[in-house]
Amino acid sequence: MHEAAQAAQGAVVQVSYLWLIPLFPLLGVLFNLFLGRRFGKGAVSLVAPAVVGAAFIVACTAFVQLLGLPAGSALQQTLYPWITAGSLHVDLAFRIDALSAIMVLIVSGVGFLIHVYSVGYMHDDERFARYFTYLNLFMLAMLTLVLADSLPVLFVGWEGVGLCSYLLIGFWFTEQANAAAGKKAFVVNRVGDAGFLLATFLLFWSLPAGTHSLTFSEIAAGVGSIDPTTLTWIALLLFVGATGKSAQLPLYIWLPDAMAGPTPVSALIHAATMVTAGVYMIARLNFLYVLAPSAMEVVATVGAITAIFAATIGLVQNDIKKVLAYSTVSQLGYMFLAVGVGAFGAGIFHLMTHAFFKGLLFLGSGSVIHGMSGEQDMRKMGGLKDHMPWTFRTFVVGTVAIAGIPPLAGFFSKDSILAAAMASGHVTLWLVGVIAAGLTSFYMFRLLFMTFYGENRSDEHVRHHIHESPPSMLIPLVVLAVLSVVGGWIGLPLHALWGDRFGAFLAPIFGGHSLPHMEVSTDIILMIVSVAVALVGLGVAYFMYLVRPGSALQLATATAGVYRVLRDKYYVDEIYDAVIVRPILAIAKGLWSVLDVGVIDATVNGTANGVAANSRLWRRVQTGNVQHYAVSMLFGAMLLLGYYALR
Amino acid sequence: MNVVSIEWYVILGAVLFTIGAVGVLVRRNVIVMFMSIELMLNAVNLVFVAFSRHLHTIEGQVAVFFVMTVAAAEAAVGLAIIIAAFRNRETVNADELNWLRW
Repeated sequence: MHEAAQAAQGAVVQVSYLWLIPLFPLLGVLFNLFLGRRFGKGAVSLVAPAVVGAAFIVACTAFVQLLGLPAGSALQQTLYPWITAGSLHVDLAFRIDALSAIMVLIVSGVGFLIHVYSVGYMHDDERFARYFTYLNLFMLAMLTLVLADSLPVLFVGWEGVGLCSYLLIGFWFTEQANAAAGKKAFVVNRVGDAGFLLATFLLFWSLPAGTHSLTFSEIAAGVGSIDPTTLTWIALLLFVGATGKSAQLPLYIWLPDAMAGPTPVSALIHAATMVTAGVYMIARLNFLYVLAPSAMEVVATVGAITAIFAATIGLVQNDIKKVLAYSTVSQLGYMFLAVGVGAFGAGIFHLMTHAFFKGLLFLGSGSVIHGMSGEQDMRKMGGLKDHMPWTFRTFVVGTVAIAGIPPLAGFFSKDSILAAAMASGHVTLWLVGVIAAGLTSFYMFRLLFMTFYGENRSDEHVRHHIHESPPSMLIPLVVLAVLSVVGGWIGLPLHALWGDRFGAFLAPIFGGHSLPHMEVSTDIILMIVSVAVALVGLGVAYFMYLVRPGSALQLATATAGVYRVLRDKYYVDEIYDAVIVRPILAIAKGLWSVLDVGVIDATVNGTANGVAANSRLWRRVQTGNVQHYAVSMLFGAMLLLGYYALR
Repeated sequence: MNVVSIEWYVILGAVLFTIGAVGVLVRRNVIVMFMSIELMLNAVNLVFVAFSRHLHTIEGQVAVFFVMTVAAAEAAVGLAIIIAAFRNRETVNADELNWLRW
């Protein structure tokens, strides 16, 4: 295979320390789980971030070693054979190449910052140790996911992060709505995971005969001999898994509800790391996807539609976290658009910058909610920039970064995606992406203006309490703000200065299939268009929410129909409720009352009742009189004797 | 020498065994029932020894030793139970010692 040959350029170096990366969070889990309550909050708030920091340091070591090797190299460690059954032989093995190195650094780095932030955010929660147990467990699962050398090991991490997502969304489970949100996330993710599993089975069957380890290098070597139809099905089923985990149409519905969890969880799991697992998985299996062009088209189209669909919903939401949630869905759509048009590097680039600025925005919103005594409705905020100066400054950075205004990170990654869409000839998708970029700019500045500018609209009691957050929350904000500014500079377009170092670093992974190049002038025009669109979004938001504060309401009244559809999220939840949830409930109720009660229970209870009636009859034999028993023994003995004598 | 033939021993054993069995079944006093059981055991012992002698083998006599040992143990346990029961119920009548029932 071409790709295999490409990958084989670099060496695969066996190392013995990769297992430390997931081990540290595991130690954190064990400590918090068994000793956390005994040692108290102080110890937990020291240990939980420290183990993630240790994982980050090991990841940095691995990254440095990888940089010292020739391009296309990988570090590998096999721990032990995990599954040996028939022609399946899976090792528990970890691998760090350019792609997983970036992912491990993002996950452990951003994860560390959010652990530090959580120490401040969750300080008054009585289930502090449990929270960090879950958070460390998430790090363990997520690092397993990105370090995995084979599809089955990746799936372990994939399921693990899903479990932690469920546990953390429903962390405040005493509220019925939170528990329901966790359950929804879990169930919707199962739908996607079914697709993932089917794809894995199909892949296993389709690979050439022999023993399969399902490692990525083995799959890369084998995909060439699979017929295109099967390959397309494998790619599409894997994408079903990705739509579940990464909240794409039609399985995105769990992510907005997932905001029921603590805000640092939203930042870590539902913005920066877990939801990007689908993008990572497709980038990881890029050699498979390039051989299934029609599946790629589906990925790109679904991504673009999701990007604009979620952005339009985000325009009118009033809950600060809901806006960010729909924004996340929309930005994930961009990433899928990128990998769908073959720009895997651009997709991972946006994944990274998005982890910075969306992590920042979520943490910032958490700081706002913290300062507003738990209020999440932006209509009751306003004027916070004087009360929370550092939250405000970092939030501005995050907003400008996501809006795609240069020279912040979001501009470079979003621009490389849009340029790739255009270069690959998907003009419609490019247009959709540009419009979504304008909408993104609008709803983010709307959020900024409604929250931090104007008059404060909260009630007396809350206003009295507004305060800036403690340093443990502000320091991660500042670090992420710096990253949101400089994070994009490692992937400069047009060979400016040091050029696209990020893309060059990843190139050996995605090597075999580079995109067609465009004229420099076209590229510059595209950039000007996307910046102009972002500025238009900013301008409209500025006009509607600062210059003429009443105009938003007027517009909403004037276009009441459209407004209501957007506010009610296109009634997607209602449609799912009517088409899937209610019929399933009705069927379940029918099965319960007819089959379960009438047949299964009746059989079981009938058997038990029969035995009981029989016993009631025969227990009379137990008279308690020893001589009755003696008589029966005598009769028994005589019967036996008679039988043997007369036989 | 006038040797008593094996049949007589077997008949005596059977008669003793029957007396014991009837005693167990018809008497109400548990101590008498106990003695009847001893009688049944010794009837069997007699038959064992008789056949052992008749067939010139040692196994029958070995079995008798086992039976006597077990009988001794059984008498100890049984009498202890009877005493315990008597302390609770002030009776050794089998008809009244029937509280282990449905």
